[in-house]
Amino acid sequence: MKYSVNEHGYYGNFGGAYIPEMLYPNVEELRNRYLEIMNEPDFQDEFQALLRDYVGRPTPLYLAKRLSEKYKTNLYLKREDLNHTGAHKINNTIGQILLAKRLGKKRIIAETGAGQHGVATATVCALAGVECVVHMGKLDIERQAPNVSRMRMLGATVVPSLSGSQTLKDATNEAIRDWINHPTDTHYIIGSVVGPHPYPDMVARFQSVISQEMKAQLLEKTDSENPDYIIACVGGGSNAAGAFYHYLENEEVKLIAVEAAGLGVETDQTAATSVLGTTGVLHGSKILLMQTEDGQVIEPYSISAGLDYPGVGPLYGHLKETKRAEFISITDDEALESAYELSRIEGIIPALETAHALAVLRKVPFKETDTVVINLSGRGDKDLQTYIEQLDRFTT
Amino acid sequence: MNRIDTLFSSKKSNILSVYFTSGYPNLEDTTRIIQALDESGADLLEIGMPYSDSMVDGTTIQNSNGQALANGMSLKVLFAQLENIRSTTQMPLLMMGYVNQVIQYGAETFCQKCQEIGIDGVIIPDIPMFEYETEYRPLFEKYGLYNVFLVTPQTSDERIRAFDQAAQGFLYVVSSASTTGAKSDIQTNQEAYFQRLEKLNLKNHRLIGFGISDNKTFQKACQYANGAIIGSAFIKTLGKAGNLEGNIQAFIKSIRGQVE
Repeated sequence: MKYSVNEHGYYGNFGGAYIPEMLYPNVEELRNRYLEIMNEPDFQDEFQALLRDYVGRPTPLYLAKRLSEKYKTNLYLKREDLNHTGAHKINNTIGQILLAKRLGKKRIIAETGAGQHGVATATVCALAGVECVVHMGKLDIERQAPNVSRMRMLGATVVPSLSGSQTLKDATNEAIRDWINHPTDTHYIIGSVVGPHPYPDMVARFQSVISQEMKAQLLEKTDSENPDYIIACVGGGSNAAGAFYHYLENEEVKLIAVEAAGLGVETDQTAATSVLGTTGVLHGSKILLMQTEDGQVIEPYSISAGLDYPGVGPLYGHLKETKRAEFISITDDEALESAYELSRIEGIIPALETAHALAVLRKVPFKETDTVVINLSGRGDKDLQTYIEQLDRFTT
Repeated sequence: MNRIDTLFSSKKSNILSVYFTSGYPNLEDTTRIIQALDESGADLLEIGMPYSDSMVDGTTIQNSNGQALANGMSLKVLFAQLENIRSTTQMPLLMMGYVNQVIQYGAETFCQKCQEIGIDGVIIPDIPMFEYETEYRPLFEKYGLYNVFLVTPQTSDERIRAFDQAAQGFLYVVSSASTTGAKSDIQTNQEAYFQRLEKLNLKNHRLIGFGISDNKTFQKACQYANGAIIGSAFIKTLGKAGNLEGNIQAFIKSIRGQVE
């Protein structure tokens, strides 16, 4: 398997578990047990039942007719925005809370940027009756007040991260430090396919339900389980990992990973990691990382808080190096334009992150015969403030 | 002979190792701090390479890292400052930082530079065992650098023995499950852990760090190991107003329990 993780936690040259000894027993326990637990029939029964009855899966695969007409191709939207809590994030948090319970953990910690993963974690902790602490950059707390309120409503404690630039990267550092200070009773629910092995593989497996459903749905709708293209946005890379998962080894299916260019890859206000990143270690794994010559991590920028991360999960370094996936960068304005377009043509308000994936339609000329799946990773409620502020610039 | 071995061959107890963040409080303080620590009677120094994402550190060391970086510190600048350090001190010197800094500098170039300057060892907590054995150990050995491993209260005996086999110089005994500077005390349950380590009859010397902040905790640690490591408490001293050398001297005296 060319695109799976190896025994040391590497995808090609990327991955590993670059952690201090303080984290070793926890990460090692997880590494030893995650596959065994995930494969238990009892675990699978509980996981599948919650995905069905609580999350609302399977999510529809919707043929977007008017959008298809406009771009003269066959566009399907995988509706992860219809999941409970409004995004794909909950697929992973449901899986990890069940895992944490089986590991006997009494306390859950998480990091969050825009608050989507924080809300999804607070939700499953409420469901399981477990203490929940969410680390969130102080700046993000100010920018994403509604999600902070949701987490508190759900009973979570939101701890402001005061270090560094006070955004997602620093919230992750604080969550890691929290874990160091609570070495036995705590499980860290990482929200993306980042972090030390086994997190990237484990989170990808929990998210792989997306492409698993896609296969059956495509077979029913198009007589083939294989599309020509799958498009997904990438911050850390969890929704794309789920959408790509069951197609990774099938090279006939073309994969497009969409990054945030921010104000443009040529500016210093960008999060286009695959363009500007070099091999480095952050948050426990070797990844493509935006950094200075001295190895200091550069603070990225994107209008979308969910794509505002200076690295990208180790799988993506490998997908880029092997040319298995194509990487496209989309600016703030291109994403906004696509968000308004989808809202008006299809009646779906997408998350700002997802809007980056939609903007690929303007960049890549697809054939009339192509089947193109776009992973609609989240809904746009959380971004309404930004959309309203920017509306005048895009209404003609 | 590696200066760490030289130190341990002549001194087996009450060893005081001091960590400081290079470039803090001012960019050009590095050699002054080393000089003052040498004259004050520290035994061994850990020169911190400031990093933007220092995950094992609490706020005191994080803030000193941030200040040092804002002052313009980088590995290049630091190596330039240390160029002639061996004309002024014979204390064992270790570099402490994170693996990403070493990767970006170039692992071999980094080791080569350390050897040229006369660095004796490195403490890089986020190099995993597998990568250490396959990538880093050959380089460290080639350039005469001792690699210091961390053990914690949660590290199994089996794993401690593996570190003991791989280590040269000493083992860094992390006193409790915490980031640096989070605690300033030693509790009874920690003493049980220190005793467990004593009973393993390890070949390496042991220095206890994390939570060592004053004479009382230093003394306590020295009961169970060859000495102790002080970081955050020293960084706080560096941040104080007044004469840098005077503050350093007073701090080391207070740790040693020598009355002024």
